[in-house]
Amino acid sequence: MSATMVESASHKAASRSKPGGALHDVLVVGGGNAALCAAIAARRAGASVLVVEAAPRFYRGGNTRHTRNMRCAHDTATGFLSGPYPEEEFWEDLLRVTEGQTDEQLARFMIRESKEVLDWIVEQGVRFQPSLGGTLSLGRTNSFFLGGGRAMLNALYQTAERLGVEIRYDTEVVDLTIDDGAFVSASARKDGEVRRIEARALVAASGGFEANIDWLKEGWGEIAENFLIRGTPYNRGSMLRMLFERGVHSIGDVTQCHAVAIDARAPKFDGGIITRLDCVVFGIVVNQDCERFYDEGEDIWPKRYAIWGRLVARQPNQIAYIVFDAKSLEMFMPSLYPPIKADSIGELAQKLGLNPEKLAATVDKFNAAVRPGTFDHTILDDCRTEGLTPDKTHWARRIDEGPFYAYPVRPGITFTYLGVKVDRGARMIMQNGSPSPNMFAAGEIMAGNVLGRGYAAGIGMTIGSVFGRIAGREAAEHARH
Amino acid sequence: MHATNALAEADRLMTICNSCRYCEGLCAVFPAMEMRRAFPDGDLNYLANLCHNCGACYHDCQFSPPHEFNVNVPKVLARTRAESYEQYAWPPVFARAFRRNGLVVASVLALCVAGFVAGFMALSDPRVMFSAQTGPGAFFRIMPHNVMATLFGAAFLFAIVAIAMGVRAFWRDIGAPIGVGDIGQAADDAARLRYLDGGGAGCANGSERPSDRRRLFHHLTFYGFMLCFAATSVATLYHYLLHREAPYPWYDLPVVFGVLGGLGLIVGPLGLLSEKWRRDPQTRDDASAGMDAAFLAMLLATSVSGFALLLLRATPAMGTLLALHLGVVFALFVTLPYGKFVHGVYRFAALTRYAQERREFLGGHK
Repeated sequence: MSATMVESASHKAASRSKPGGALHDVLVVGGGNAALCAAIAARRAGASVLVVEAAPRFYRGGNTRHTRNMRCAHDTATGFLSGPYPEEEFWEDLLRVTEGQTDEQLARFMIRESKEVLDWIVEQGVRFQPSLGGTLSLGRTNSFFLGGGRAMLNALYQTAERLGVEIRYDTEVVDLTIDDGAFVSASARKDGEVRRIEARALVAASGGFEANIDWLKEGWGEIAENFLIRGTPYNRGSMLRMLFERGVHSIGDVTQCHAVAIDARAPKFDGGIITRLDCVVFGIVVNQDCERFYDEGEDIWPKRYAIWGRLVARQPNQIAYIVFDAKSLEMFMPSLYPPIKADSIGELAQKLGLNPEKLAATVDKFNAAVRPGTFDHTILDDCRTEGLTPDKTHWARRIDEGPFYAYPVRPGITFTYLGVKVDRGARMIMQNGSPSPNMFAAGEIMAGNVLGRGYAAGIGMTIGSVFGRIAGREAAEHARH
Repeated sequence: MHATNALAEADRLMTICNSCRYCEGLCAVFPAMEMRRAFPDGDLNYLANLCHNCGACYHDCQFSPPHEFNVNVPKVLARTRAESYEQYAWPPVFARAFRRNGLVVASVLALCVAGFVAGFMALSDPRVMFSAQTGPGAFFRIMPHNVMATLFGAAFLFAIVAIAMGVRAFWRDIGAPIGVGDIGQAADDAARLRYLDGGGAGCANGSERPSDRRRLFHHLTFYGFMLCFAATSVATLYHYLLHREAPYPWYDLPVVFGVLGGLGLIVGPLGLLSEKWRRDPQTRDDASAGMDAAFLAMLLATSVSGFALLLLRATPAMGTLLALHLGVVFALFVTLPYGKFVHGVYRFAALTRYAQERREFLGGHK
């Protein structure tokens, strides 16, 4: 069907149920990539669509604002991808990062769908930038949004508005009426006033619960108080909680999330990409007792990036310090806050509030254990230590050239994996195992179906776009019958 | 640390942007930024003059206000850029013309027009000045050609020297090596306004919804200006080489170029003024509003008075209109180095530097 035919069909559908605004075909809860893909797909399939977003207009879109790229399978190089990324390779990558904690059928289905989504998302006005040769080395597998995630969101919102999707900001769903697994209505609060919204189908695309520290504590205990939340403060998980309470099957573990080590000086919420530090490999990482606790040279980016959040979370007071020297200062991407600098290790320890003798002893011991090798941070090189617990197995160079530097780091929670169980139609599964007739989920709220643990760059957006599009299409299909 | 508050803020923003880099596909500013880790004043002035003010990075930024990081690159670079014009002005005593620039330009305009009218009244025969003059040499019965050529030649020469000195100061400030090998690339980038489209979507002038209107109006203005310049150049060659005297018939090159260019210089500046009006207040540098409007108004006055002269040149109003038009053009010439015109020159120099840097950078990363 041509785009104009779809649009005129959707206008007809809109005039069928829009007047009075009492009954919508599809209610989409959330305002990010998954929500907008669902809204657009449902609208293009002829449904009238209402989107309710809890955040104000500027903060619309949850964590999509902070994203940069998406990972889709493709068989050939394109203007913005440097080479093919076959389905099988995508699957192997996913299997590796999740260590098997995934639903193979659903994951393979998503990967197959991702090929089409790559073109579909461009048809919705999203622009990609030419493939990067630079620091991220993802130019073959991942498509980068021109201008980043917020630019991508702006494009989706413009398309949704043009198609006639109704969007309400500052509108938080506070209650759900679900009858025998079927959605009946939602109550949403705007400006202190609660209103009932009826719709034939529901798409829940309201993200995870990482901004709800109390919920994080249920899994992590009190230490969650020391976590920083890299993204939106609006992902409090209230939708997810209500769905669980009303009989939707959960999937995943409350402690599973994408957590990286970020600058400890970052704001509690919404610090985004610029607080990331990727210099672990260039030095040593010590806890507040000045002890090393993990092999800093275990693996190359991006795997090493994704494990350090959890590693630091297990240290006392959930803080650690990356210590390196002058020769490494300009070997990694700059970040928002300058490193803490001192002329000696002792002075550096003082500035960090650590015990100077202990830090000096740890550095000395490390330096003494460094074996000769040829340093190359782009490969797993042969620079390593011998006789330490733990050893640094690659990129080990003596920390001996002043000035000396350090970054304090804390766990930065990016997104959570505990979510609602869905089938390949993005339909929610109820606790009795039967699928809901009219409730669908997409994005972070159901990411755990595919991503039980671990992380691969850009996969959150793939989950959002693929299942958002399916959820919108299926919800519209349901509403029509 | 930094010479001005705007430069200090630009440094803060570039430090943030350099640890994000999501905007690297939008224009030349962010790739140039990525070639640096620290941002001294000269580098910030370079980046500020490289910015075409399309506004895309503001709407694409997850940290723009009301976010606590308060990232507003278009506005801060616009302020930095405007202040850099003052810093590079030659002779330095005229740098103050950039403050309250609208008033300065308007005053110069009034003085020049009054000067030409008074000069004509005092020096030419009133019977010639206020009667219909036609045929070759009609203009020069009011103002002898040699006087006209000398006066305007001197004003033009002064403008060129002043602007060249400004570019020299800019080039030194940004620490660029001597070299003109990349002018071709810069000319191509400038001629197309390659970086005024937010990486392809268009210029986010009024809102996050991009359009290409600003680029269109700028093209009309720029190419209109060049055609008018060509008209004057051809007329000068006619006069000295072919001994053919103005006014020329409507189908002759100086008139054809002048009419086409003049049309561009009416539609273009009017369009750009309306785009200025439409500009999102969030990304607008209000302190530059007078300077921006003054230059557009001068271009408009030049084209409108030129058309009036063309249409009424066979009537007794010709003498007065000639004085008016020449006054406007003279004012335009002498204010060129001290107004918005210089944006094009510094932008071109910055593009040249960018082409140079990019070539060296890519060469080193093959």
